[in-house]
Amino acid sequence: MNALVAEASEKEKVIITEKKMVTGAQGLLLSLLEEGVDTIFGYPGGAIMPIYDALYDFADQLKHHLVRHEQGGAHAAQGYARITGKPGVCFATSGPGATNLITGIADAQIDSTPLVCITGQVASHLLGTDAFQETDVLGVTMPVTKWNYQVTRADEIPEAIAKAFYIATSGRPGPVLIDITKDAQNAKFEFEYKKCKRISSYYPVPKLNEKAIAAAAELINNAKKPYVLWGQGVLLSNAQEDLKAFIEKAGIPAAWTILGLAGLPTDHPLNVGMLGMHGNYGPNLLTNECDVLIAVGMRFDDRVTGDLKCYARQAKIIHIEIDPAEINKNVRADVAVNADAKVALQALLPLINENKHEAWLQKFRDCAKIEYEKVIAPEILPTEGKLKMAEVMHLVSELSEGKAVIVTDVGQHQMVAMRYYNFKDTRRSNITSGGLGTMGFCLPAAMGAKVGAPDRQVIAVIGDGGFQMTLQELGCIFQYQIGVKVLILNNNFLGMVRQWQQLFHQKRYSFTEMVNPDFVGIAKAYGITANKVTQRETLESSIQAMLDHEGPYVLEVVVEKEDNVFPMVPAGDSVSNIRLS
Amino acid sequence: MAIEDYQIDLGEEKTYTIFAFTENKVGLLNRITIVFTRRHINIESITVSESEVKNVYRYTIIIKTTYAQVEKLVKQIAKQVDVLRASFYPEEETIFQEIAMYKIPMSSMINGSQVEGIVRDSNARILTVDPHYIIIEKTGHSEETRALFEKLAPFGILQFTRSGRIAITKHMKDLSTYLREQEEAYL
Repeated sequence: MNALVAEASEKEKVIITEKKMVTGAQGLLLSLLEEGVDTIFGYPGGAIMPIYDALYDFADQLKHHLVRHEQGGAHAAQGYARITGKPGVCFATSGPGATNLITGIADAQIDSTPLVCITGQVASHLLGTDAFQETDVLGVTMPVTKWNYQVTRADEIPEAIAKAFYIATSGRPGPVLIDITKDAQNAKFEFEYKKCKRISSYYPVPKLNEKAIAAAAELINNAKKPYVLWGQGVLLSNAQEDLKAFIEKAGIPAAWTILGLAGLPTDHPLNVGMLGMHGNYGPNLLTNECDVLIAVGMRFDDRVTGDLKCYARQAKIIHIEIDPAEINKNVRADVAVNADAKVALQALLPLINENKHEAWLQKFRDCAKIEYEKVIAPEILPTEGKLKMAEVMHLVSELSEGKAVIVTDVGQHQMVAMRYYNFKDTRRSNITSGGLGTMGFCLPAAMGAKVGAPDRQVIAVIGDGGFQMTLQELGCIFQYQIGVKVLILNNNFLGMVRQWQQLFHQKRYSFTEMVNPDFVGIAKAYGITANKVTQRETLESSIQAMLDHEGPYVLEVVVEKEDNVFPMVPAGDSVSNIRLS
Repeated sequence: MAIEDYQIDLGEEKTYTIFAFTENKVGLLNRITIVFTRRHINIESITVSESEVKNVYRYTIIIKTTYAQVEKLVKQIAKQVDVLRASFYPEEETIFQEIAMYKIPMSSMINGSQVEGIVRDSNARILTVDPHYIIIEKTGHSEETRALFEKLAPFGILQFTRSGRIAITKHMKDLSTYLREQEEAYL
């Protein structure tokens, strides 16, 4: 049924139900409206011009943000999707426009982020002729999309878009791409829209297996040292409260992957901290001591598990996971619960006994004490020497009262932000490039997040390297006055690579030192207020000024050049071999 | 089963037959082969044709790998949106055949009775006779079509081609039953 909304009178809107002849381009935009889209990130070009022409008439309903590079558009759409839970939408033209999206699409694929990417394509009679700006976008994006489709006829557009939104958001979310030839954008057809509710060859939502739930509950009830690991699945299914109820009832310590961060407040007594290579001491060490390991909405990434041959070998594994292809992929599950995290946790709750595991929890507290004394205290509370990333993040956390949305890039600053920001707000509050580890992700993603959540304080925490990969988006931030706060932790190094060079390559600092431009000058050239801090005395007031500022702001903090992030599980090593220094 | 049984490099390598039942969509073959390419796995043979159900296509993919690996591959194939069902079987649970064609110059048929004898003994057949050549067809396992190749080689083989393996499972369950079960397992 067509659902063009038109003004019937001053007061009420009615749905016009008669069919209407529109162009493919108009049909696309009407389809987006049907899916509730109001925000687009994109960049025009030859093969997508009919769509941009139509967009001119829809500007009040579809707010388009002109990014400065299509990679920025894809990451902005990711940031928007991650904060709102709605699919992010981005537009790009054919050829280079489409290929520039690919880093963002690959990032969204590995981090399960719903994206709907629309690319223009050369006219259908030119397909395969090496026409100007022609690339096999379907072929190129196939390995990094959940689904993609090429539209060559205008009347295919509504169905393709309906399928795109359904696939992007259902089951384990992911990016989809619709490539639309220019002739399909121009051709007229009778517009009619029907939302997609089912595809015969696609089964995104498994029915709950009651036997598996009962088996899981039995393992949990008999466990002496149960341990929960949660990932982004908890956030994607909005199961934060269910996770909390579950671990509180059974008294189970719980640790997070970096994409699961902020699913539970950082200071919750059962939140024992971060897993993985630069995670906390206890959560890694005690993985190899628990007797039942309950993984909720996570996929046992190698950065979390280290050497699989020595990973939780003593434990029975319960794996709650919506994507069947993730079950038994890296770690063999004794009980596999192929389900949405929320559904599984709600089913488990009445079956598990109230319990407390005081002695077991004390082990985590003991480890936390050791880590605090050896690592954390000197990192967050130094009194002399150059500024440390950790003390900056600690202050940002205090001054923003743990309520900000923290968006990070990749590297040392990312690990430090995860470790030292004390998240209190369990709405989606942490956005990072986890699986793909994309430098240049942060600035555009933060921009998209701020557009998606204009009322929240959004802080982009970036290293000097990553900032320079997508800093052109300062132009977009300035043009639309997107009030994102950009905190550059500048150590004049590609810090994480330098840390590895120091620890594993005999300090051969091969091409990691950076001679940087004047970041404050760059920000100011874009018309963005900016400041630089080098001294401890002015750090707090500078951060406060950034937080209080209305509108976008760039704060460069010059930090210790050769700082390392500890603890660390060396790559490929056992989680038990976590190093504190 | 212990964790190490699931390591890719462990376990015995065997010939597995993967079946995928799919919609007939542009690019799907590419999506399916990417699953193998990405993991640096070579496909021994692949055939695609319409199945017993109209508009449903059957992929028959032969690979040599471990159980742990084939299990993961099949899950990745099943995960593709346009794939209805994917499954895998060891060789002994399938009945399989290949077809081979041999083109022999007519000049070598001067002692024609000899070739005709070979064809007859090999349970092959002569498909086409032309003034310049004859074409022989043989259906069988690859060892059998290879054996015939060796026997015909002295007569001069102008062209030789072998189809990929096609296979049918030994069990009695049909596709629609599988699809119904799958339907019931999901909301």
